[in-house]
Formats: sequence, structure tokens, C-alpha cells
Amino acid sequence: MPMTKKKESMISYNQLSPERQRYLKSKQTRKRLIAITQILILVLAIVIWELTATLGMIDSFIVSSPTRMLRTILNFHQNQLLFHIGVTFLETMIGFVLGAAIGIFIAFILWWSSFLAKVMDPYLVVINALPKIALGPVIIIWVGAGMQAVIVMALAISLVVTIMEMLSGFINTDPELIKMSQTFHASKWQTFTKIVFPYNLHTLFNCLKINIGLSLVGVIAGEFLVSRAGLGYLIIFGGQVFQMDLVMTSVIILALLAALLYGLVVVIERVVIKLFLK
Amino acid sequence: MKEVLRFEKIDLTYQAESGEVGALRDINFSVADGELIAIIGPSGCGKTTILSLIAGLIAPTRGKIFLNGQEMKDSNKTNVGYMLQRDSLLDWRTIHSNTQLGLEFCGKVEASYLENVETLLKTYELWDFKDKYPRELSGGMRQRVALIRTLAIKPDILLLDEAFSALDYQTRLLVVDDVYRILRQENKSAIIVTHDIAEGISMADRVIVLSKRPGSVSQNIKLGFKKEETPLTRRSLPEFQEYFNKIWKEFDADD
Repeated sequence: MPMTKKKESMISYNQLSPERQRYLKSKQTRKRLIAITQILILVLAIVIWELTATLGMIDSFIVSSPTRMLRTILNFHQNQLLFHIGVTFLETMIGFVLGAAIGIFIAFILWWSSFLAKVMDPYLVVINALPKIALGPVIIIWVGAGMQAVIVMALAISLVVTIMEMLSGFINTDPELIKMSQTFHASKWQTFTKIVFPYNLHTLFNCLKINIGLSLVGVIAGEFLVSRAGLGYLIIFGGQVFQMDLVMTSVIILALLAALLYGLVVVIERVVIKLFLK
Repeated sequence: MKEVLRFEKIDLTYQAESGEVGALRDINFSVADGELIAIIGPSGCGKTTILSLIAGLIAPTRGKIFLNGQEMKDSNKTNVGYMLQRDSLLDWRTIHSNTQLGLEFCGKVEASYLENVETLLKTYELWDFKDKYPRELSGGMRQRVALIRTLAIKPDILLLDEAFSALDYQTRLLVVDDVYRILRQENKSAIIVTHDIAEGISMADRVIVLSKRPGSVSQNIKLGFKKEETPLTRRSLPEFQEYFNKIWKEFDADD
């Protein structure tokens, strides 16, 4: 779609009035200006950080510095950085996929039985409001202090939101479409698969975009508690032994990982929507 | 002539939280094969309720409904086509795929039915658009697609529930004409529910006027138009105005 749009504007660019050309040009200039400013902020922050650290204006032992962080990254053999990134990535993906699958399934059950949905409503509200991190010790004792506890923590944080979001999407499906399916005596399962679910594809992806972030929150919180492996563990460990280079590096990598995972969901959304609509 | 549908002493009361609401009272009428009936009445008189009864979406409190001479019992077995105010096409399906939706729901995805859909699309000039999506079509064309989706299941009778009221006036006149021709060509019986007196007169062989709630039949007027007269040409005939005035007076008397 964006391809054809671009083509159209290219053609009209040569044919249209000077006012139109000026308008398009000013829009393009603005776009470019925003991008340049964005990059400039990043570069400036790194440069100022590095300069103030080397000039001794800030203590690089406490706030680290870009070069020290780079050294930490290049030193990945010793500090097993890749292994820890891998662990966090894996835990997040498992928590995310399980959260989405179980959440959609439960939302489907509650959509099917409005009685059950009404019954469960106050429980969902309370569980949703509860800060799930408070369950940390309980989870560790119940499932053991390992990867499983971290995954359950991620699940605990993302599951209820998924159920509530998807259920509200399912329930708010255009009633005219539901009525249309009823006039053909569609079964409830048919109504769900052919109308309710496809109608809520956008709800699903909005939900997944929130979930990927929430899963990461759960994983890091879990790793703080379990303290065996992962970026959360590195951050806790680095803090305890006062290795701020390790802490800052882990935080930056975490930020990049979060952006990458979000981007992944966006790409999947585009592919699915495209496959679905053509 | 064969009788497709008959209502015998139908009563319907709703149970609402505020109490019992009488929706329909002693409704009697029948529809012959290929006959077009318009049901006209003030809003809230139970016009749509009559269609819901025929479609088996709700059951009457008292009375009997006969479809093709058989009493309606298992509501899921009724073979009725229902058209709503909005076309309710699925945005994510192509036109062709949309017209097959009803067949999928009814479990009739068979060669003979699929061929019928193809024929309908070709006859009514939608074949060239079969791979387009609903948003690429005009309102009138979309409504025609919805009609084909309904005709695809080869219904015994068609129910049109204010099926044109979402269209702008000009499109509406044309679509009404269009649908009329299709119904005649396919020789379908239909019940057209509308609050628009002129629309009812322009399409129907017979007009049933309902009174205010609880709805009961206050008039059952046979219209004397020739079958070749379409909704558009009927509007310029002198009888049209006579029928209009007659029904209009009835509405007035109600108030």
C-alpha cells in the first residue's frame, strides 16, 4: 500500500501546481528535520556523557561511560553477555506466547458464556489491580526458583490484561454482524471463527503490542527475584558488586531488546493483516 | 396459488424488567408464492418482530406459523433469507467470498449452490468485482452483494428489514428498483418491512398496515399494479397517490 502511495505522489509531483509542490516539499523537509533532530539528541547525549566522564566532571565509576560500556560489550566472552541476553529473550518469548494463547482462550470461554463472564467479572477486576510482583515469593515457592518461576511471573503480569482486552473486544463486535450470522442460523463456534475473531484482529495486535512489554517487565522482575541468569540477574549482580558498567550496559541492551521485540510484533501484524486481506 | 407462509392468531408478549409488553396481538396473514408483501406501521409497532418470528430468532407466545404448509417447530430448520438495514458485508472478505458466507453458515457449500452464486453474480453484474473488497464498492452495489448472499441459500421467502434506509435517497430509489427486478426475476416471495409508505407501495403486491403497539393488522390492501410496473414507474401512476392517501389516512386515524 505505501508503495503505490509513493508512486502516486511522485507522478503528481511533476504535474501539479507550484503550490502543491511547495506543500509536498515542506512536508518532506519537516519529516527530515525530525529524523535529524532525533539522531542528534542521541549522538549529543553520548558525546556529552563521554566528554564529562573523561574530563572527570562526573565519576565514571558510578555512572559509567560509553567507552566503558563498549568495552563491557566487547568483553562478552568473559561476562557471558550473549548467554544472558538469550535467557531473557527466551523467557520473554515463552511468557508472551503462553500469555497470548491462554489469554485468548479464556477470553473465548468468557465470551461463550456470558454467565461465567458476569461471575468472573469482580475477580478479574481485583486480580488485574493487584501488583503481580507481590506474588514473586509465592511463585518461587510453588514452581521453584528457576526459569519456570520467571516465565510464570511474566505470565501473571500479561495474562489478565489479555483476557480483559480480548473479552471486551469480542463482546463489542458489531452487533449487526452478529445478527446477520444469526439470520443464517450460524452456530456460536461459526460466529466466533468467521466473524468475532477476524473482526478483532486489530484488538489482538494492539493487545500483543502491550503484552510484549509487559512480558519483559515480568521476566526482569522474575530474574531480580530468582537471580540465576538473564539481563535482570546481570543488573542485580552488577549493582551488588558495584560494576556499574555491567548494569548500564545491561539496561541499554534491555532497551534495545524491548524495541526489537516490539518491532517483531509490528512486523508480524503487517504480515498477518496482509495475508488476511489478500 | 401455493402458499408460502401463514400466520395464525399470533400473539407475542415480551418480558421486560418494567413488566409485560404486548408486542403483537392476533396477527393473521398469508403470503402466496412469488408475492411481495409490504408491512408498514409506526415505529415500535412490531414490524421487525414479525420478521424475527419468521426467521426463527424468537418464538410466538401463542398462535401458529406455517412455512410451506408445515408448522414451524424447529426454528433452526427454517430456510429464510433475512436482509438487514446495513449490508453487513465482512470487510476482510472479497465480494465472492462474502456471497458464500451464508452457505458456510448453513452448511451448504456444495457445487450446485456455488454455481448458483456464480450465476447470480454474473446475472447481476458483479462478476467483474468478485475479487474486490466491500470498501471498493458503492452503497448500492454492496446492498446487491448482500442480496446475493441471502439468495445464495435459496430461501423459501425473503425478509427485508428496512433494507434500504441506510442509503441516500437517490441511491435508495435505484436500489429498490434493482431489488424489485431481482426478486421478480428469481420469482421470490418477500416481506418488506418499512416505515416509508411510498417505498412499501412502490414494491409490494399487497400492503399490510399495522397499528401501534401491541401491533395488529389494521389494513390488508391488495395493490392493483401490473407486474411489469417497477417501483420507479409505479411512482408516476395515478393509483400510487390514491393508495398513498388511503394508507396515510389510516396512519392519521391511529394518532
